[in-house]
Amino acid sequence: MATVTEHPAESFRPSQLVYDTRYRSMTIQVVAFILIMAGLLWLANNTVQNLAALGKDFDFGFLSTRAGYDINQRLIDYSNDSTHGRAALVGILNTLLVAVVGCILATIFGLFAGVLRLSNNWIVSRLMGIYVEMFRNIPTLVWILIVFAIMTEAMPAPRAFRGDDPAAAMSLFNSVAITNRGVYVPAPVFGAGSLVLVAVFAASILGVIFFRRYAKARQEATGAQLPVLWVSLGLLIVLPLLFYVILGRPITLDYPMLQGFNFQGGIHMRNSFIALTLALALYTGAFVAENVRGGILAISRGQTEAAFSLGLQPGRTMHLVILPQALQVIIPPLISQYLNLTKNSSLALAVGYMDVRSTLGGITINQTGRELEGMLLLGLFYLITSLLISGALNVYNNSVKLKER
Amino acid sequence: MKTSVFFGTLAAAAMVSGVVSAQTLDQVRDRGELLCGSNTGLAGFGAPDSSGEWQGFDVAMCRAIAVAVLGDPTAVEFIPLTTARRFTALASGEVDVLVRNTTWTFSRDVDLAFEFTGINYYDGQGFMIPRELGVASALDLDGATVCIQTGTTTELNLADFFSSNTMTYEPVPIETNAEAQQQYLAGACDVYTTDTSGLAATRASFEDPGAHVILPEVVSKEPLGPLVRHGDNQWGDIVRWTLNALISAEELGITSANVMEMANGTDVPEVNRLLGFEGELGAQLGLEADWAVNVLSAVGNYGEIFARNIGEDTPIGLARGLNAQWTDGGLLYSPPFR
Repeated sequence: MATVTEHPAESFRPSQLVYDTRYRSMTIQVVAFILIMAGLLWLANNTVQNLAALGKDFDFGFLSTRAGYDINQRLIDYSNDSTHGRAALVGILNTLLVAVVGCILATIFGLFAGVLRLSNNWIVSRLMGIYVEMFRNIPTLVWILIVFAIMTEAMPAPRAFRGDDPAAAMSLFNSVAITNRGVYVPAPVFGAGSLVLVAVFAASILGVIFFRRYAKARQEATGAQLPVLWVSLGLLIVLPLLFYVILGRPITLDYPMLQGFNFQGGIHMRNSFIALTLALALYTGAFVAENVRGGILAISRGQTEAAFSLGLQPGRTMHLVILPQALQVIIPPLISQYLNLTKNSSLALAVGYMDVRSTLGGITINQTGRELEGMLLLGLFYLITSLLISGALNVYNNSVKLKER
Repeated sequence: MKTSVFFGTLAAAAMVSGVVSAQTLDQVRDRGELLCGSNTGLAGFGAPDSSGEWQGFDVAMCRAIAVAVLGDPTAVEFIPLTTARRFTALASGEVDVLVRNTTWTFSRDVDLAFEFTGINYYDGQGFMIPRELGVASALDLDGATVCIQTGTTTELNLADFFSSNTMTYEPVPIETNAEAQQQYLAGACDVYTTDTSGLAATRASFEDPGAHVILPEVVSKEPLGPLVRHGDNQWGDIVRWTLNALISAEELGITSANVMEMANGTDVPEVNRLLGFEGELGAQLGLEADWAVNVLSAVGNYGEIFARNIGEDTPIGLARGLNAQWTDGGLLYSPPFR
């Protein structure tokens, strides 16, 4: 039993590295690692040598020099006296704006199209099928250009709004101007006391959340249902409206007006932004729709039937039974759709939208000649953004997935 | 063993990475073709015609270099480059020479490590606007929406011009001249700004050129010329002296019609040196003795190229202006062939 085998200390022979299965996998890994590192080293060395041959150094100092060019859409202060680094930041914010708005719209489009494609209504389901197939099977860039061309060619120029008998007129009670340079909508102007109003609004949102919790707890305890929807709407709309009047209308609207060459005032949503965001959202929405449809179909029919037999309405069945389960199937592929949308936003230059690819990766590289540095920074930005998005969605995914106890 | 693989790889890397800086002239000869970076399409300067042949003022410069090096004006591959891509293409060796309405600036010459080999067109930035808007001066453009090609000097001049006159504008960045034309005609921008020559060329291709005015202000100096990479001086010399040969030939009265006759010797020593009747200028460049004869008989002198592509008898209708010979009050002044 306790025969401690006193093997003679086995001498290690180099041939064991190849023939002995205990060592072979290790050998292969070491060799592969060395080859990969050598390959990387070769690439880096090649780059350094070629840069030296071209008389170029590797320097990020250009980020703090004066940019000299203007950017039309700025979410932060920027002028042509700002630095290239600031221009890159303006571009990054523009990219994030498209990504956030695009992802929200894509989710809405996708959710509706995916659910409606399963509708029993023949026309509705076919229409959604056409939408999905149209957008899924034509490249994003083409859609971006189509939307942009429609916006630019079919809408009137600002000068068409001029004169006593203008060829074009503003819509929605003279508040919205749709031109071939973009859509001008009224902008809110926050006057004195508007902070109170914002606080009231925030408080009413909190109130709604607490009321819903209370209603749910009460329903679980006693079975009695409270009119959640009406109370929520009342809290959200009536209360802020009341304060709005009491405080003497602190928030006013700044309407766009035709002055000089263009409309001035209001919020200017540029054609490039609308074309890019809308096209990306519609395109990605088609993929999301398929994810949603797949997720719903993955829940067995028996679940629906069980819910119906308990007397649940179809809407509540979808809301309370099907979707919570389907979400576990929908969210993982949804993450990659969000990543796709964010990365596809780098097609912005095609319509002249000044995202980070156009500022840092376009004009800055061109004016400074720092291709390698610019492209590395650009790659790093997209990498970090993508990792953050997938990280955040993984957290959400963990929160909705089945809790196994 | 591992270390030998490592150092072997290093050595191989060092060898491979040395290739890029090889002599451009030999590369072009081995290839039998000149790779010329050109405009994506600017009528009169560089654009394919209806039969797909590249035509234009800058294109003629490329053909002249091809004749000087390879003896054949058709041995050129024209590679259309956007303003944003042109420098990367030249730096990476994708093209041998860039002749593409490119402005000679300090930073491009020094920081981007390019060699401008001369100036083939003295230009300046201007503004084009529809006549119906009734704008008479660029100083009335406050608040205008301006179409502008990205990655150009005009982009920077525009910013400087508007801020020094405390005016505001809305830039609409676009990539190519064709795109700018479409946006401008659709009214998506009020003004199109680029080099005056480019504006004239663009306007000439409009359905109704008379409905658009080029404003009188010229807001910058834009010396346009061919450029090559730093570090290959022989190649730079060939491009520089090909351009100078075109300019000198006009000054000396050599045209495509009389070059063959003059190549047999004249009373003017400089003509004889230029055309290889005397001296060894061609050999010093690494070219044939009669390189300039071939160039001039194939594409003509500077004046002929100008008149054929962008001169007053063409739809573009540019006057010689600054681009006349120095003897005629212009700025063209070639160093002597001596």
